[in-house]
Amino acid sequence: MKRPFEKVVEEHAGTVLRVCRAVLGVSDADDAWSETFIAAMRAYPELPETANVEAWLVTIAHRKAVDVLRTAKRQPLPVDELPEAPTTLGLPGSDDPDLWETVRALPDKQRQAVAYHYVAGLPYAEIAEILGGTVEAARRAAADGMKSLRKNYPGASVKGAPS
Amino acid sequence: MSDLGENADVAALLSAPVNAETLARLHRKLEQVAENDDLLDVAYTTIDSPVGTLLLAATPKGLLRVAYDSEDHDLVLDTLGHKISPRILRAPKRLDRAARELDEYFAKRRRVFDLQLDLSLSKGFRQLVQRHLPEIGYGQTRSYRQVAELVGNPKAVRAVGTACATNPLPVVVPCHRVVRTDGTPGGYVGGLAAKTALLNLEAT
Repeated sequence: MKRPFEKVVEEHAGTVLRVCRAVLGVSDADDAWSETFIAAMRAYPELPETANVEAWLVTIAHRKAVDVLRTAKRQPLPVDELPEAPTTLGLPGSDDPDLWETVRALPDKQRQAVAYHYVAGLPYAEIAEILGGTVEAARRAAADGMKSLRKNYPGASVKGAPS
Repeated sequence: MSDLGENADVAALLSAPVNAETLARLHRKLEQVAENDDLLDVAYTTIDSPVGTLLLAATPKGLLRVAYDSEDHDLVLDTLGHKISPRILRAPKRLDRAARELDEYFAKRRRVFDLQLDLSLSKGFRQLVQRHLPEIGYGQTRSYRQVAELVGNPKAVRAVGTACATNPLPVVVPCHRVVRTDGTPGGYVGGLAAKTALLNLEAT
C-alpha cells in the first residue's frame, strides 16, 4: 500500500538533508534537498510498492548532487589545506557547519560512500549500484573516508560521540 | 549497522538530527514548488473546531474532504492516496479559504459556505443527494423522506440515509440538517454529539 507522500517527507526529510550536506556541503544542500523531493514527488505514483523508499530517495539525491558538482566543476579541497580555525558559515539551521566542511574536503567517491552508508544507512551493495563499481570498492571508499574524517575533524576526537 | 566500530563517534555526528526549523522551511518551499509545478494533487491541513480537530483536504478543483477526528485522519489520508493520488502534502495554503469560512461558521458569522467543491469522492445517487443538501438552509432540518422527495426519488429514503452517512464533506455539505421523521437526530459521520452541536449552533 502506497502511503501519502507527506509520510515519505516526514520520515526521510532529515536523512536526505544530511546526505545532501555530506555530499555538497551545507550551502548547496538545501537546493539539492528541494530538487530531490520535487523529483521524487513527480515520480512517486509510479514507484513500485515494494521499493526501498530511502534507497530510492538517496539515488535521486545522488543524481541531483552529481549535477550540482558537475555544474560547479567543484574540486574537492585537498585535505592538508583545511583551514586551521573552523569556519563558521553562520547559515541558519546549518547545525554543525565544521563537520560538513570537513566531509566536503573528502574526494567525491569517499564522501558519497560515507554519506550513503553512515548517514543514510544503505548497505554497500546498494551503494555500489548507485556509485557504479564493486561492493568492495564502495566499502573501501567509505572506510578511507571515515579514516580521513577521524583525522581531520577536530570534533571527532575532542568532543567524541554524543552519548 | 554492524561495522560502526571505531567509527561510531563520527557516524553519530553525521547522523545528528537536523534542526526542525530548517526542515519546516524546506517543507514550506516544497509545498510552494509542488503547487506551482502542478504536482500537489491533494493538499491538506487540520483546524481546531468546537466539534474537534477537522481534517481539510483539497484538490486543485476544490475542497475534497472534511473529516472528523473519529474517522482517523491518517486512515482518511491513506484512502485519499488510493482514490485520488498519493501526491499528498500537508500544505495549508490551499485550504486557507475553507479554514476561514469554517471558523466564521463556528463563530456564527457565516450561514452559507462559498467554496469550490470537488465531489469526486462520491458517485451517482449519493453525489446527487449531496449536491442537493445545501438547499436545506441554515438552522432548518429535513427528514430523510423529505430529502428523497427533494431529489425526485421519494422511495429512496434508505439510499438518502446512506448518502448522508457517506458524505465526504460534512459541515460544509450540511448532512447534519437531515434528521429522522420523528425529529430525533439520527446517525452522523461525526457522531451524535457533533450532529447535536451543529444543530444547536444553528438553532440559537
